[in-house]
Amino acid sequence: MTDAATQTRPQAEKTAQITIVEALNRAFVDAMEADEKVLLLGEDVADPEDGGVVGISKGLSTRFGNHRVRSTPIAEQAIVGAAIGASLIGYRPVAEIMLMNFSTVAMDMIVNHAAKLRFMSGGQTGVPITIRMMTGSGIASGGQHSDYLEAWFSHVAGLKVVAPSTPEDAYGLLRACIDDPDPCIFIENLLLYGSKGPAPQAGHKVEIGKAAIRREGSDLTIVSYSRLAVEAQAAAARLAEDGISAEVIDLRSIQPWDKEAVLASVAKTGRLLVVHEATKPFGAGAEIAATVNHELFGRLKAPVHRLGGAFCAVPFSRPLETAFAPDAARIVDAAKSLCA
Amino acid sequence: MTNSYAPDAGTLMDIFRRMALLKGNDERSRKLLATGRVVAPYYSYRGQEVIPSSVSAALRDDDYICTIYRGIHDMLAKGMPLKQLWAEVAGREDGTCKGKGGPMHLTYPAKGIMVTTGIVGSSMPIANGLAWGSQLDGNDRVTVAYFGDGASNIGAFHEALNLAAVWKLPVVFVCQNNRYGEHTAYATATSAKRIADRAVGYDIPGVRVDGNDPHAMYAAAAEAIARARGGEGPTLIEAMTFRFHGHVMGDADGYMDKAEKQAAIAADPYPRFRAQLIADNVADEATLAKIEADVEAAIDEAVEFALASPFPSTDELRRDVFADDSIVPEESFA
Repeated sequence: MTDAATQTRPQAEKTAQITIVEALNRAFVDAMEADEKVLLLGEDVADPEDGGVVGISKGLSTRFGNHRVRSTPIAEQAIVGAAIGASLIGYRPVAEIMLMNFSTVAMDMIVNHAAKLRFMSGGQTGVPITIRMMTGSGIASGGQHSDYLEAWFSHVAGLKVVAPSTPEDAYGLLRACIDDPDPCIFIENLLLYGSKGPAPQAGHKVEIGKAAIRREGSDLTIVSYSRLAVEAQAAAARLAEDGISAEVIDLRSIQPWDKEAVLASVAKTGRLLVVHEATKPFGAGAEIAATVNHELFGRLKAPVHRLGGAFCAVPFSRPLETAFAPDAARIVDAAKSLCA
Repeated sequence: MTNSYAPDAGTLMDIFRRMALLKGNDERSRKLLATGRVVAPYYSYRGQEVIPSSVSAALRDDDYICTIYRGIHDMLAKGMPLKQLWAEVAGREDGTCKGKGGPMHLTYPAKGIMVTTGIVGSSMPIANGLAWGSQLDGNDRVTVAYFGDGASNIGAFHEALNLAAVWKLPVVFVCQNNRYGEHTAYATATSAKRIADRAVGYDIPGVRVDGNDPHAMYAAAAEAIARARGGEGPTLIEAMTFRFHGHVMGDADGYMDKAEKQAAIAADPYPRFRAQLIADNVADEATLAKIEADVEAAIDEAVEFALASPFPSTDELRRDVFADDSIVPEESFA
């Protein structure tokens, strides 16, 4: 497994810390420098519109021109459709959909077209686009600005789905998605945008479908991604204090997901806890749990356990929102029950 | 519309050749599908042949089209090879898409036939992207998005026209107004008296034209295509026509106004244009009959080719999901 976290870095860069916003911006700069076919389109992405609502594309239209970095109308079907069309003739468009919930407006373009054109055309065409979308509960955005819909996208044959949790992975996965010949859904967490981590080396790429082992352990495996992979690491630190050794796997890619890494880990630990912010029923955790149950039946020391968002719309009121999603404390409790 | 876009004799013959192919192909399709030798959903375009024949006569081979499930006429007119088309309709391995797309998703990039969609309205947003690519490439390729009158009521139409207008894209939106969206008559579903008038809302030219008249249709298409090629942006063309055989083969079309249908069939644009070519001394009977006989022979050959082609191997389920077939685990197919 290529594990970005364990790769050696020059000493000078090792100390440099950047945010995910900065990492994504760097990924765009480097990708657009490397390949003139790389484009960015979406609401507010150009500099006259402040380079995106959180500034990820700041400076790009000034540097690469308004023809390559284009602010669009608030029209998600038009955005994804334009990305698909340009990709059919050699371009590598990145479409920014702003909030993940807004992708629902563009589902026809994503599901019926981007995902299926390669198959339906018998391989004559392909749709090498990246669709970026941000989401996450925790900032009082309520029911239509916070959803994790990765299971929907992962359920459609033809889409790849990634969700980085560190600046290095944000950079490396965005570069990988832009280079990828297939449509990629790139999920960004709102709360993680400002979190810092080691700066990626220029040109660093994370292979889609490869997980990162964030922490090694022997008593149970915790599998997560996006913000809750960070919570899982905090939980593992607390568990260690209580003498429970948790291995934490950050999937990074949900479709395809790193089955080998998860199975190898659970074969070792015998216990699996899957954690995600998306509502639990029919979530990505179900697929992982079913696979582990099928492959490791008889070798599990406890039933696979899942933690997910409550089965309701993401609520607004602070105590409700806090109760909605799993956090480190709930991961600790669940892990202890599993190991009891 | 100016006379400078009037078709000359050579162009009229070009349009007729395409129309003869389209009409012959539709008639053969309905005949063969009725026998059950080929099983496929079929959305007859009979009656609408003038539109893509005239548009294609004004397009170049390297221009792009995006069309819809009722779009075999658009693709044949653009140059899709008959044998591969028939093999695809029959679900065979020699089809354009190896039998994996079928009649609703025929694709043939070699002739600019980039996307065929089964979703009403979806040809337009993707056509914009092709046009954007051409704009970025700095070439003068044009993209045509075909769609029906029903599609002008769906959001994608409005999103696409607006974006094409603000980005001044080299795209021509060709609405084939055949007066029915599936089973529902135009006025029941559409507030605008003329779809062409909807262009006003996007500050682009909107032209309504008799889509059954090759002279008018060609002139409107050629002008819009020249505008797009010249960097002057998109045009919406509403081409008035009529579909003779209902929404999908097998529907009893009881929802259609019988008198309207009879009148439309009586005014069939094909024999009308054919007679006009002879009356105007553009061609003689023997020349046109020869074109029609050649079409029949080519269709015979294509059907024979298609039915002799094997069905695709079930291994095709595992191919073309992603560019790299090995990504999907084997157990995903069991």
